[in-house]
Amino acid sequence: MAQFRTCPDTGLYFHKSAESLIKVNAVAGVVALLLAGVLALGVVLTRWQGVHLLPADQFYLALTAHGLNALIFWLIFFEIAILYFASSTLLRCRLATPGWAWLGFLLMVAGAIMTNVAIFQGNSSVMMTSYVPMQAAPHFYLGLILFAVGALVGVFVFFGTLVIAKQENTYEGSIPLVTFGAVTAAIIAVFTIACGAIILIPTFLWSIGYIGHIDAAMYRVIWWGLGHSSQQINVAAHVSVWYLIAGVIFGARPMSEKVSRGAFLLYILFLQLASAHHILVDPGISSEWKVFNTSYAMYLAVLASMIHGLTVPGSIEVAQREKGFTKGLFEWLRKAPWENPVFSGMFMSLVTFGFIGGITGVVMGTEQINLIIHNTIYVPAHFHATVVTGSTLAFMALTYLLIPVLFRRQVILPSWAKLQPYIFTGGMTIMILFMLGAGTLGVARRHWDMDFTGALLSFEYAPMAYTLMAIGAAGGVLGILGGAMFVLITVGSLLFGKKLEPSAGLLQSFGKPLAASAYSKVQPERLPMPPKLAWEEHGSAGFEAPGTFVLAMLLLVSFIVYYFINWNYLASVWPLG
Amino acid sequence: MTSLMPPAERIWWNVPIGREEIVWIGLALVWCLILFFMMPYWHIYGKQNLSNEAYQTTPAKFGEKVQAGIDQYTVREEVGIPVVHPPAGSDVYMLGRLWQWWPILELEKDKTYRLHLSSMDWQHGFSLQPVNINLQVLPGYEMVLSITPDQAGEYAVVCNEYCGIGHHTMLGKIYVKE
Repeated sequence: MAQFRTCPDTGLYFHKSAESLIKVNAVAGVVALLLAGVLALGVVLTRWQGVHLLPADQFYLALTAHGLNALIFWLIFFEIAILYFASSTLLRCRLATPGWAWLGFLLMVAGAIMTNVAIFQGNSSVMMTSYVPMQAAPHFYLGLILFAVGALVGVFVFFGTLVIAKQENTYEGSIPLVTFGAVTAAIIAVFTIACGAIILIPTFLWSIGYIGHIDAAMYRVIWWGLGHSSQQINVAAHVSVWYLIAGVIFGARPMSEKVSRGAFLLYILFLQLASAHHILVDPGISSEWKVFNTSYAMYLAVLASMIHGLTVPGSIEVAQREKGFTKGLFEWLRKAPWENPVFSGMFMSLVTFGFIGGITGVVMGTEQINLIIHNTIYVPAHFHATVVTGSTLAFMALTYLLIPVLFRRQVILPSWAKLQPYIFTGGMTIMILFMLGAGTLGVARRHWDMDFTGALLSFEYAPMAYTLMAIGAAGGVLGILGGAMFVLITVGSLLFGKKLEPSAGLLQSFGKPLAASAYSKVQPERLPMPPKLAWEEHGSAGFEAPGTFVLAMLLLVSFIVYYFINWNYLASVWPLG
Repeated sequence: MTSLMPPAERIWWNVPIGREEIVWIGLALVWCLILFFMMPYWHIYGKQNLSNEAYQTTPAKFGEKVQAGIDQYTVREEVGIPVVHPPAGSDVYMLGRLWQWWPILELEKDKTYRLHLSSMDWQHGFSLQPVNINLQVLPGYEMVLSITPDQAGEYAVVCNEYCGIGHHTMLGKIYVKE
């Protein structure tokens, strides 16, 4: 018989097995984030030419490990936790096959360790992308395969839970929007992991000598079905987290279920085409293919993100105005709980993802503009805006919410927690903006030495490039400091935070359930549909969120201006045909 | 009533959409279509496009073509690397290998050349600096593009695809003469 406990503060129901699995996946994610952060310090202090900390071999090793731990292990562990939360907890349903979920988790842990071991042994500094024919040790690929299989098991446990919830009638009407967003993430995850299997299994066989040749162009096309699509899981997941936090903090309801769900549907249909972004200047691929795929058909996934960019803050504005914050365009925003890291983290994630990550992504993903950006440091600048100040920051915000609710501990160092999202976002944003600038000056990514020491020929970047890289690296150090604060606060809270439940012991933070008395065999009450709104409250009457609309117009204008600046820059380089 | 709960209407599809959402979706869609059509537009009216002409090849075959160009058009040597000055408008060849761009090219301003690029071993990145034109160079594929240098000077080819421990020493050179 399934056992549940109710969170006395939020009324959320936690299935006993799901609760443990959410915890262990989230904790494993934070461990990977910690490792990624330590490595990041080595990377930025080496790219800061004045410091140039690591020798070349250690730099490439650190960069490889940083990429995989941050972009794959941290995010996917945490996303598995989100999937279990969005299905079992939100739908008040027992988790399907907890045994399989544990198996999946163990596979992921084993895979992550195996790949890390391969990297730190020193023979697998092939970068996250492991482009063939450069070869890593066989267990580098095998670890990734095991991790992917484990994640796939987790995704199917999520789907199974949805089926059980439907069969056992645990909710009324349709699934909540947050769960709908999680379904989007899960569907994209299946596509992502399938691409990973299709390319990494033969590559593994090649590394042990069973296959003679892996075509470099084929590898890139399929690998990016894993590499880029995994970042699309993050997008769908962090947009769901935005809606979740807006709902928890403000009691915000979606402005329109149809619009928000329609936008998620556009993600499912079009987001995966983006592996094309990485092969826009590759040989052998037609412009028709590039244009169609790089634009997600006709930028329909960009349309979806622009929609969420309006509807998430719009729903907050509507909720705030209902509470009486109606003065002017922005009182609702000024009077938002900026000292609460759950809100500040979520909102800054929204802004940086949209204004920096989104706009730069579209610009560099334009077929011809990619010529002046491909493989420059502009590229990591872009994806740090999407994955660090976008996804990671949103997941940090969610963690602050989960520490009391799920782990039953109070957050320690509350004044630090208040500051942490600002330090993290501030530092990372400085790094991103200055790296974008350096990329525009042609500075290469994944490159140990801007001075080209030891080269037969010579080349000097513009002096400005050194300045931009130095300021960017200093911002990176600040961002890493913000990340360290997050890990300290999170781990400290799990170990030493005030217990909100007397039985919440040390191991409770790492997956052990609370005392048996906390749980009950009584099935949770069915998740009801909320009372119907009066028809005119649906927003058809007028402009409900004028402040948000102004912000959205600001985004659009910045987008248009920056986009054409880059065309203008492209027009100045040598004619090519 | 929040996004953590089911929609308030069973048939939520029929609930009308707010006005700012409609307006925003309209604006965003128009912008997305502009973003899309800028790419075909640039293919017709812009000067910086890739022809995507490419052939499958092997390092041996491509190496021979590069060598033929060197044998025919070398004008001098620089730090042991041949400097090739091919006739204006002709096919020019450059290869990437650990950790060199080979040979050095000497081109004439405002003349158009067909540049052939391939790799002898791993993947490399052809990054022409400070012009900032960046291309992916793969082993097994011969990429052909026409280039028209429109400014005289000395240009570097930085490798910007990670290619192992000597990656940062992989520099090439292109001279453009008046």
